[in-house]
Amino acid sequence: MTAPATVVPAVTSPVTAGTAVRTQGLTKRFRSGQVAVDGIDLLVPRGAVYGFLGPNGSGKTTTIRMILGLVRPTSGQAWLLDSPNPADVLPRVGALVEGPGFHPYLTGRANLARLDAADQTSDARTADRRASEALERVGLLAAEGKPYRQYSLGMKQRLGLAAALLRRRDLLVLDEPTNGLDPQGTREVRLLIRELAQAGTTVLVSSHLLGEIEQVCTHIGIMSRGRLLLQGPRDVIDSRGVARVAVTVAPGHVATAAGVLRVLGLDVSIEELTLGAELGTLAPARIPEALVHAGVDVTGFEVRRPSLEQVFVELTGEGFDVAR
Amino acid sequence: MSLAEAPAQSTAAAYWRLQRSELRLVLGRRRNLVLLLGLAAVPLLLGLVLFFTQDTALDGQGPAFLGRVTGNGLFLVVASVFLCLPFLLPLTIGIASGDAIAGEASAGTLRYLLTVPVGRTRLLLVKAVGALAFAAAAVASIAVVGLIAGAALFGVHDVTLLSGDTVSLGAGALRVLAVVVYVGLSLTGLVAVGLFFSTLTEVPVGAMAATVVVAIVSGVLDTIPALSAIHPALLTHHWLDFAEFLRIEPDWGVIGGGLAVQAAWVAIFGALAWSRFTTADVTS
Repeated sequence: MTAPATVVPAVTSPVTAGTAVRTQGLTKRFRSGQVAVDGIDLLVPRGAVYGFLGPNGSGKTTTIRMILGLVRPTSGQAWLLDSPNPADVLPRVGALVEGPGFHPYLTGRANLARLDAADQTSDARTADRRASEALERVGLLAAEGKPYRQYSLGMKQRLGLAAALLRRRDLLVLDEPTNGLDPQGTREVRLLIRELAQAGTTVLVSSHLLGEIEQVCTHIGIMSRGRLLLQGPRDVIDSRGVARVAVTVAPGHVATAAGVLRVLGLDVSIEELTLGAELGTLAPARIPEALVHAGVDVTGFEVRRPSLEQVFVELTGEGFDVAR
Repeated sequence: MSLAEAPAQSTAAAYWRLQRSELRLVLGRRRNLVLLLGLAAVPLLLGLVLFFTQDTALDGQGPAFLGRVTGNGLFLVVASVFLCLPFLLPLTIGIASGDAIAGEASAGTLRYLLTVPVGRTRLLLVKAVGALAFAAAAVASIAVVGLIAGAALFGVHDVTLLSGDTVSLGAGALRVLAVVVYVGLSLTGLVAVGLFFSTLTEVPVGAMAATVVVAIVSGVLDTIPALSAIHPALLTHHWLDFAEFLRIEPDWGVIGGGLAVQAAWVAIFGALAWSRFTTADVTS
């Protein structure tokens, strides 16, 4: 194997640090005629935790397979760690693709040893130690000697993560890493992603459950029906949706409060003691200030940003869990 | 800092690390061990049957090699290989080679090997060597158990060849070894066919069955006189030419021809497997 041609200097500012994953017009049309991925331009900056979101069947896994060189694009191109040839950089990439896959009759540790033996660039002398570290990291050390077929779904998923962590990686591609995990396991995966990101690893993590990983992401891309609807830094995505404000006041203050809000330019709807309005460009802090100034007895004040799921529904006009 | 490390080992060392892992996987798998044990049981059972029937009216019936076993234990090796060739060995080869790629695909391990990454050509080579090693182990287990059982039950003596000449025990043993090696090499074409089928599917049983069917169909075609024109090119046509080694002067032309046909099948189906596997989308 030739040494990976690293075009990225060792020390660079985040702006020029290059991209972990970039695609241009990436398209996959299967022989059945189905267009699984339709000309997407993915951009995962180095150091990002990129949440790759979309319902089941929206093309996330096929995109990931193309990025990793498992599936050949019909057209378009993909760069992995700035290399157009995935094989050159894959040793620096840990991957979990469409669920774990291991030999059922081998133990967890033997399965890791097998993968490590396959890695031309890994050091056989440190294989045992690295396997132990990876197993410990995912909390599987106690079950390392059991055959894989005896693992629970959650343990299988953990072994998949351990395989991705067999070496230090520049990029982790985790396709649905929380599948089959209980809430505790899901929390642990989130924690793991956060830890890895802090240590400088870029993480591309896909999920069909928006809420599950949304919290750890710095960047988000949303797919639907083979297209990338939206992508960018988290805060940019968040500010896309229309925020609403809800003010609750004491009995007898509703009319005064409504008047104050209308003066601020809001289109107020009233429901018993709660006044609601779209926030628009108004700074939220102005509202309680103005209300208190007018002598309104405010008992509750809340600004609601739309959830990612609501943004998705707004974009597509359909629920998130709609399979193709 | 980039995490790219200098290669920790030479390319050859890296290749053998994966090859060893593959051999452990193939030869350590319980299903495969049971297969080997089953094959090893053939000479044992055959030897025992011949031993207990040798003084009865049934003595001396059956194919040529069988009649000689009671006189010389070395022939138990030849007779056992002869019995296993039509079905048991093709079945074993079908399982080993049909499972090679399709087995990894169905377990979901193929995508992980490829993203390690293992080059597809290298993986195919490793898989081919693994399947060939298993084929060799299959033939060897018949031969070794045949030799031990034959020696124990009937003793080993100077060898009377099919031509009626007698050669020394050492020369005879060498000829039996040549028979075993020829049979082993005769199976390489079928290994290549199985490997190709294995790249076509994610269902290992399908690839295994198809491989066995190829061997059987080849055997059937070989019996149809109207197709005599294609007989020399058939996969199984030369399998029984191992008998050449039991003549005083083996016809090297016949033996060379048999091996050349195998080489051709290996080349054709090896190339097909390679072109398929190195270009296919891995969606398993």
